[in-house]
Amino acid sequence: MTAPTAPSTKINDDTGHDLKFQLIDKALKKCQFQQDALIEVLHTAQETFGHLDEEILDYVSLQLKLPPSWVYGVATFYNFFTLDPQGEHVCVVCLGTACYVKGAGEIVTRLEEEFSIKAGATTEDGNLSLLTARCLGNCSLAPMLTLDGEVHGKQTAESVIAALKAKTTQKAALEEEKV
Amino acid sequence: MPVITLTINDELVSARSGQSILEACRDHDIQLPTLCYLDGLSARGGCRLCLVDVAGSPRLLPACTTEALENMVVTTHNEKIDRYRRMILELTFAERNHTCAVCVSNENCELQSLAAELGMDHVRYDYLNPELNLDTSHERYGVDHNRCLLCLRCVRVCDEVEGAHTWDVMGRGVESRVITDLNRPWGDSESCTDCGKCVEVCPTGALFDKGSSVAEMKKEASFLRRILDGREKRQWQR
Repeated sequence: MTAPTAPSTKINDDTGHDLKFQLIDKALKKCQFQQDALIEVLHTAQETFGHLDEEILDYVSLQLKLPPSWVYGVATFYNFFTLDPQGEHVCVVCLGTACYVKGAGEIVTRLEEEFSIKAGATTEDGNLSLLTARCLGNCSLAPMLTLDGEVHGKQTAESVIAALKAKTTQKAALEEEKV
Repeated sequence: MPVITLTINDELVSARSGQSILEACRDHDIQLPTLCYLDGLSARGGCRLCLVDVAGSPRLLPACTTEALENMVVTTHNEKIDRYRRMILELTFAERNHTCAVCVSNENCELQSLAAELGMDHVRYDYLNPELNLDTSHERYGVDHNRCLLCLRCVRVCDEVEGAHTWDVMGRGVESRVITDLNRPWGDSESCTDCGKCVEVCPTGALFDKGSSVAEMKKEASFLRRILDGREKRQWQR
């Protein structure tokens, strides 16, 4: 087997090991392959790849000696893990009781109309993923949401759409500069 | 083993310490409706049908996961509990597509017979009518999610008795489904040993032998006690 030139998903190192999993391996070693560290390992994988695909889940289940159905169950139970690749920008709207009372439901409806996607889906151009969560634990900021991990409190449909538009135009401007 | 005394339905009964209220009831021929509980599997307290009133507790408690204690005063049946049980069954019927008339387990279904037993003759809630699929990729068995109650007997028997842990649950709340391996077709499962224990313990027509038609699927869960006694006590009763 030839030595890899650059890390990519398909290149194996000399032990036949997929380099894609280096960061997961690090997390696995850190927790000494303990089964109860499953969530922590999946956390690392989610942050590294942006989503958890079948290959990753299979690898983690193999390494932790856990049944695949168990790992899949955990990965689909928690809101933080996603099995589908995410868009460039991720907007998570909190639909907890406080946020809902303050109009989070309308924000979701407006966003769905504006970007013509259903909550939980990604736009066709891969620009935006619109997600919802049961409660993000920030009720004093209701209605709140996160944009690419940043917390935005006391939002309205208009303010979110403006913030999302700003994000996308920012990217377009950057690309123009490059050209 | 220490013996305790408790009151169930105004009668003093004895139980072994460590037993659940449900086990104590069944030892004294007091009938309690159950769906997720199965003798030989770990208790889960998921179906809520075995809810009983325990004096001093502000809410009803599931008999299968509540330990029987000395001097406990338990009521297993009264108007309120019976109403709740019927309500739970109605919600169970409303959650998936339980169409008895075309079900393989018609007339051999624990959900159906419990509904008849408890007098649940109509459903007052809106049916959710979820769109669910049928997986018949396995050579011998099929799974119909329309009939699944999420009692998780299949998951527990596969993990605790067969030891394969092919089954588990994905998702959360109303989105929950039983899955095999990485949510792959059952027939593609590498961990499944094709033993069929899950099919035999399933209370409804969710898991069935392939080729069975309406009302043809008869199940027998009593094998579980026999093989567990064989394993634990080296006694094989028939």
